[in-house]
Amino acid sequence: MALTKEQIAQRIAQELKDGYYVNLGIGIPTLVANYVPEGIEVVLQSENGMLGMGPFPEKGQADADMINAGKQTVTVLPGGSFFDSSTSFAMIRGGHVDLTVLGAFEVTDKGDIASWKIPGKMVKGMGGAMDLVASAKNIVVAMQHCSKDGQSKLLKECTLPLTGVRCVKKIVSDLAVIEVTDEGFRLLERAPGVSVDEIRKATAGRLVVEGEVPEMRF
Amino acid sequence: MNKVVKNAEEAIAGIANGMTLMVGGFGLSGIPENSITAIVESGVKDLTCISNNAGVDDFGLGLLLQNHQIKKMISSYVGENAEFERQLLQGELEVELIPQGTLAERCRAGGAGIPAFFVSAGYGTEVAEGKEVREYNGKPHLLELALTADFAIVKAWKGDTHGNLIFRHTANNFNQAMATAGKITIAEVEELVPAGELDPNHIHTPGIFVQRIFQGSNYEKRIERLTER
Repeated sequence: MALTKEQIAQRIAQELKDGYYVNLGIGIPTLVANYVPEGIEVVLQSENGMLGMGPFPEKGQADADMINAGKQTVTVLPGGSFFDSSTSFAMIRGGHVDLTVLGAFEVTDKGDIASWKIPGKMVKGMGGAMDLVASAKNIVVAMQHCSKDGQSKLLKECTLPLTGVRCVKKIVSDLAVIEVTDEGFRLLERAPGVSVDEIRKATAGRLVVEGEVPEMRF
Repeated sequence: MNKVVKNAEEAIAGIANGMTLMVGGFGLSGIPENSITAIVESGVKDLTCISNNAGVDDFGLGLLLQNHQIKKMISSYVGENAEFERQLLQGELEVELIPQGTLAERCRAGGAGIPAFFVSAGYGTEVAEGKEVREYNGKPHLLELALTADFAIVKAWKGDTHGNLIFRHTANNFNQAMATAGKITIAEVEELVPAGELDPNHIHTPGIFVQRIFQGSNYEKRIERLTER
């Protein structure tokens, strides 16, 4: 069975290590915060200028001066800090953020990513996505393996405008956990009940399968 | 030294057709509401606005867009604005989209007297078109140029009569870098106090960067996406 969005987030949360500074993008990545494993402390960075981002505020407690990069009202946790945008991207560009999780329209077997623009539709802009993918030490992409009409989104070449080149390290899709290597997409884990053949059919880029591929565990 | 002006109308004196403005804020958080209203009322046009976002239809820079006062937007993210989309598709508005961190650093560099710098963001994408590429530490980087403005307009929480500023929570965002990069920097604050009342240890923007300051009024501080538990 393909994973739900929550399960994709839950599997990505297993990548977290104690002491990590983490930037979570909008959509599925935001859900990762709900599944931080017991005994592990991570600090969430929001690129509009906050470390130590906490949950949404209680009813009636929202503050217009405290928002995340998705412009949602949020709270700050003990030990948090605020700073300006150029300092925020110094953290990102300078390699101080340990893990970045973001969504994508398409990725390639070389680690290229397209996530910001669909020509012909409204162009909203790249926001901080290009800075994040160009700089982060470790980028995990959360995405659906195929589009709604069944087309693979794990490709040899992106068809949409790029956000960055050769930067994605790992992909957690609704079907598989995949590592991007010099040889292409290396299949690390399968969603429970999904076969290697199904993943192969859903993957347009080079897929490397070595030995038995275990199922994901939750 | 007299940096204090009476109100927004006095603060924006000298902003003329065709000028380049930096406008602080992220989404609707930390935007200079009073100054934007005064610019709408002044009717100046053909403005180039450097701002991370373009407001929403009826608030923030969206008010200037509705009034057709903006010729060009330089931003990182301009969603959430139907009038913006309409003007862009009709060819009434020029738009330059810049990665958010590069935009912030171009403002910071402008204020710091650094004319250009190299960053990896945007390499291999349409952002790289026409830009010099150099390899550093084994990675290709793009040459990016500093930004400055005729006027930088920022919003702070507290300020004093010397122009020292303190921002609140995430309402700092682009305000701090932009405050350094205006030929004239206007600061509007929620609370203006006499010099000496703010703790010098807590100042985010030293007064040297600010030429005009006033206490704003009737802040709406609109929330774009109210999200509660």
